[in-house]
Amino acid sequence: MSQAPTREVAKRVFAREFNDATYTFKESDEERAPNFALLPTGDRANRVFVVGTLTETEDIGDDSEYWRGRVVDPTGTFFIYAGQYQPEAAAFLRDTEPPAYVSVVGKPRTFETDDGSINVSLRPESITAVDEGTRDRWVVETADRTLDRIEAFDDDTNEYAAMATERYDASLLDSYREEVLTALESLDGVAEDEPEATA
Amino acid sequence: MTDVRQHAEDLHEQFSGHADVSVDEIEERLERLVDEFKVPMDEATRSVRSHYVDETGVDRDELAGGSSQAVELGDIDQDEQWVDLTVKVTQLWEPRSDSIAQVGLVGDESGTKKFVSFTTSELPELEEGTVYRLSNVVTDEYEGQYSVKLNRTTTIEELDEEIEVGDDDVTIEGALVDIQSGSGLIKRCPEEDCTRVLQNGRCAEHGEVEGTFDLRIKAVVDDGVDAHEVIFNEAATEDVAEISLEEAKDMAMDALDTTVVAEEIADEVMGVYYRVTGPTFGRYVLADSVEELTERPDTEATLIRARSM
Repeated sequence: MSQAPTREVAKRVFAREFNDATYTFKESDEERAPNFALLPTGDRANRVFVVGTLTETEDIGDDSEYWRGRVVDPTGTFFIYAGQYQPEAAAFLRDTEPPAYVSVVGKPRTFETDDGSINVSLRPESITAVDEGTRDRWVVETADRTLDRIEAFDDDTNEYAAMATERYDASLLDSYREEVLTALESLDGVAEDEPEATA
Repeated sequence: MTDVRQHAEDLHEQFSGHADVSVDEIEERLERLVDEFKVPMDEATRSVRSHYVDETGVDRDELAGGSSQAVELGDIDQDEQWVDLTVKVTQLWEPRSDSIAQVGLVGDESGTKKFVSFTTSELPELEEGTVYRLSNVVTDEYEGQYSVKLNRTTTIEELDEEIEVGDDDVTIEGALVDIQSGSGLIKRCPEEDCTRVLQNGRCAEHGEVEGTFDLRIKAVVDDGVDAHEVIFNEAATEDVAEISLEEAKDMAMDALDTTVVAEEIADEVMGVYYRVTGPTFGRYVLADSVEELTERPDTEATLIRARSM
């Protein structure tokens, strides 16, 4: 009896690193084998969970609706594309007035632009409105997961780190650690402005 | 003392009174397997034990568990270990076969495990709710689940004490990233002891029935490392989605469609961080208690970590 495939974990990754994950691969020849984006910090991502500020939405479709949304985190911008095959996500982008905090569960997709460079975008499985607390929690969680990956990068058994070394500029690694600091410090700045709730 | 020597002495002790064999001889056999043939120690021990069982014709059950040691149920993570337990019988089930004298659950502070005692072992009967010291029981594994088997050498001592049996609850934290089909307003089979969810008004066991409404969420809670499948029952669903069964029924009635309930629930819970505690059932965690994580996360520890790298 065949076993149901295990669900792919939603990886946590900041926009800066996500947009650098231009190399995609499959791990089997089966028709429905999952597609993975190779994260430069040495992991594979078939699905991601991101939380940020929806700053802009635009219908860029010709005949039918095709919505693009920009979701911003402390390090950069995720580009979300939703068309007729993502009706709920498309409806959300149509009906939501930016700016708004949103969470997105989705799959990384790459496409080649006219000038030959590769862009990474996010095809949403779901988008929902969330509050600021959820956004802050995501930033800290994503910082931790990113540091986990950087720490594990030099393990001899880390095959995705080896793959990343082959495909990407290794000097990027330290810049992702810098981005983690920037992201966390952006939260700290907010915290200092707020009076302590409890004495 | 070397590792091999220790294992040899344990084995020797198990065979004491059954076989005329020296510790040195056992050690030699072990050493040959471990050093020369690179067999892992536990496999080597097992192999040497089998050898002497065959050679002496002694009943495997009668071997003294020389290496058995007192453990808590929660520490059991290996097959075929000889252990001593101090446990309370929390449940007795109906044995499904004549070869089984008793089957049920025993528990200690660390949780519960299934136990079995066989008719051939001719052991005194355990009573539900009583605390026992069980010496020389052996662990067993089936599909990743551990249990303990009582056997002919097991000694049972009734203790006049009470122990607190721990629960087997797990706690997970993460974002709710998916709501699976079969969530929202559902109908269950009303037949006694059958709570199957109806598909198009039909129960897989009882056919077409007049179902009773229920509310639940089958969701995925994901922390970026593991994706856990979680079931929220009616109370938990009411709690997280702020919707009662009555409201859900009204909502479905108004829309002439039950799927609006799942959509309404999704709007409330998707993308939200939760801490969920409850027992596991198959691949699911059953949400006994659910807490939305709203407190500001601590950035300090992560900042220190990032700066020190």
